[in-house]
Amino acid sequence: MAQKSFRQALNEALHFEMGRDPRVIMMGEDLTGGAGANGVKDAWGGPFGVTRGLLDAFGPERIRDTPISEAAFIGAAAGAALTGLRPIAEIMFVDFAGVCLDQIMNQAAKFRYMFGGRAKTPLVVRATYGAGSRSGSQHTQALYPIFTHIPGLKVVIPSTPYDAKGLLLQAIRDDDPVIFLEHKMLYDTVGEVPDGAYTIPFGEARVARDGKDVLIVAIGRMVQVAEEAARKLAAEGISACIIDPRTTSPLDEDTLLEFTETIGRVVIVDEANPRCGVAADISALLADKCFDALKAPIKLVTAPHSPVPYAPNLEDAYIPSADAVVKAATSIIKR
Amino acid sequence: MSALQLSHDELVNVYRTMRMIRRFEERVMQEMGTGDIPGNTHLYAGQEASAVGVCLQLRDDDYISSTHRGHGHSIAKGVDIDSMMAELFGRASGTCGGKGGSQHIADLRKGMLGANGIVAAGAPITCGAALSAKLLGTGQVAVAFAGDGAMNEGVMSESFNLAKIWMLPIIFVIEDNGFGEATANAHVSAGSFTRRAESYDIPTIEVDGTDVFSVYAAAGEAVERARAGGGPTMLHVHVPRYYGHYSGDPDTYRTPEEKAAMRRERDCLGNFRKRVKDVSLVETAELDAVDEEVEAAIDRAVSAARAAPFPPMSALTTDVYVKYL
Ligand SMILES: Cc1ncc(C[n+]2csc(CCOP(=O)(O)OP(=O)(O)O)c2C)c(N)n1
Ligand SMILES: [Mg+2]
Repeated sequence: MAQKSFRQALNEALHFEMGRDPRVIMMGEDLTGGAGANGVKDAWGGPFGVTRGLLDAFGPERIRDTPISEAAFIGAAAGAALTGLRPIAEIMFVDFAGVCLDQIMNQAAKFRYMFGGRAKTPLVVRATYGAGSRSGSQHTQALYPIFTHIPGLKVVIPSTPYDAKGLLLQAIRDDDPVIFLEHKMLYDTVGEVPDGAYTIPFGEARVARDGKDVLIVAIGRMVQVAEEAARKLAAEGISACIIDPRTTSPLDEDTLLEFTETIGRVVIVDEANPRCGVAADISALLADKCFDALKAPIKLVTAPHSPVPYAPNLEDAYIPSADAVVKAATSIIKR
Repeated sequence: MSALQLSHDELVNVYRTMRMIRRFEERVMQEMGTGDIPGNTHLYAGQEASAVGVCLQLRDDDYISSTHRGHGHSIAKGVDIDSMMAELFGRASGTCGGKGGSQHIADLRKGMLGANGIVAAGAPITCGAALSAKLLGTGQVAVAFAGDGAMNEGVMSESFNLAKIWMLPIIFVIEDNGFGEATANAHVSAGSFTRRAESYDIPTIEVDGTDVFSVYAAAGEAVERARAGGGPTMLHVHVPRYYGHYSGDPDTYRTPEEKAAMRRERDCLGNFRKRVKDVSLVETAELDAVDEEVEAAIDRAVSAARAAPFPPMSALTTDVYVKYL
């Protein structure tokens, strides 16, 4: 199987599905870069190079460079989804959802329910998220808890190139609105990705590593952190299992419960802020449904309850570290 | 507006500030290459006359809000370059203690309400500052700087309307560099910016943003109106953007020829030198001396920033609230 970057895996999914289904269109700011200018066309291939080549392959009717008007184009994407197209709309940084949350939260998410099940909204909103790029407080948040909270939205957070491609194809084919979140520090990561099309169903967790002493639950970029922690724990003779839920809505409760039942010790790593976060949510689920199997308290390793700082030393301290995961794991094993 | 309406010292100051912004940005670009300035930054080079011409009409306690491209506005409003450079380097001595970075430089003591990472977000905040000035009877005015791209955010239109119905002492300065990131403004903007504002009965002025005297004159009219209770004005200022959208942008969507022509034909510093020379108001040698003075000041700022400590780890969780129980 070919080695490909996370970015390329996403690009392949977009190329494939746009080629397969003429109803799929894309819109966003600088999806190509250079629209209306005199120099190179598709100069950026998207702000992070994910949409490169699509303009050439599918033309400007289907690959639409938008004004800086998120409320209007996310709303237009929702309306187009309601009426026969399958739009993929891009919010450059998920933080900018702040200016168009109404269209996501009150409109797209609720059409089907409010309209008595008679509507379909096959909309994908792609956005980058996450800290680590020294971009300050307004370009770095991990806002998936907000979307996960809203009934009607599906929330997808891939951690590997393989998952990125399969989950994006699934997202485009899904008939509900999907928030698809790409960690910007993962774009250059490389992994095995098949050339052809394949889908990964939502609500199916991936066992990223087998182990028996402690269960580490992690999503998105935190899977890497968990893997590093697991290697360190292995050196101390502790065997860690890692589960990546891949989608926070729907959430694969069965797999999480099954592994908690057998392992009995759980650490949850989450880059989002802790209050009402995904770590807290999963921890409540486990405490509620398999309390008797737990041999120790569930440990949460998250960002602090603060915005993301700019200074590199502070930003590094903000992001949950492998050492913090190791510490949490050993604290519940050696009790 | 002619150069003659400013005193010799004012003229030298105008030049010094424009030159300071230009060299600050060029130096930041150079320092980005060393890897010591984290992340990316949006440079204001080329647009200096806009910030300087507008801020020259402002009192120390007047307000401005800025954008992601905020260094020029900050310098023009009097924010100290040592603290700005330290902020870019992420150091404790930075304007925001290293916690904000380029896109969040703010100095409330100078009436500088913040650069902004969110396009167009400054406009309504500035309406609020203008409302404070009006209700507190301070006589201050507020200036919202925004780009051409920002004009397509709904909140810009909402802010125009609010400013007019509340007759706020505010000036919207739309700096039109022809691009929002890599996308040409013509590709994404319908109608005309001035007509958008005029439909709210907001007076507008088209301004050549490479001529600091034109900017100064237009801003003077707007500020006078605002202070006299006449409500908002919108300036549509045409400026060149010398660099790519951000420091890492290869900027291949503009041709090498058009970029060279832009720098050759649309340079506010060159224009200024020519204008004052024509009327023999300031000696060329005097301006050359300013150049050297600016150079030395920027060298000092960079050395001090490099030598300054990073913020203490405790800073990670302070300032989230004034007080949190
Ligand atoms: C709400 C929002 N959408 C998108 C962006 C990404 N972005 C940053 S700057 C920019 C272009 C802004 O163009 P303009 O207003 O013309 O300012 P300029 O960069 O030309 O100074 C964009 C799209 C953002 N920061 N905020
Ligand atoms: Mg612009």
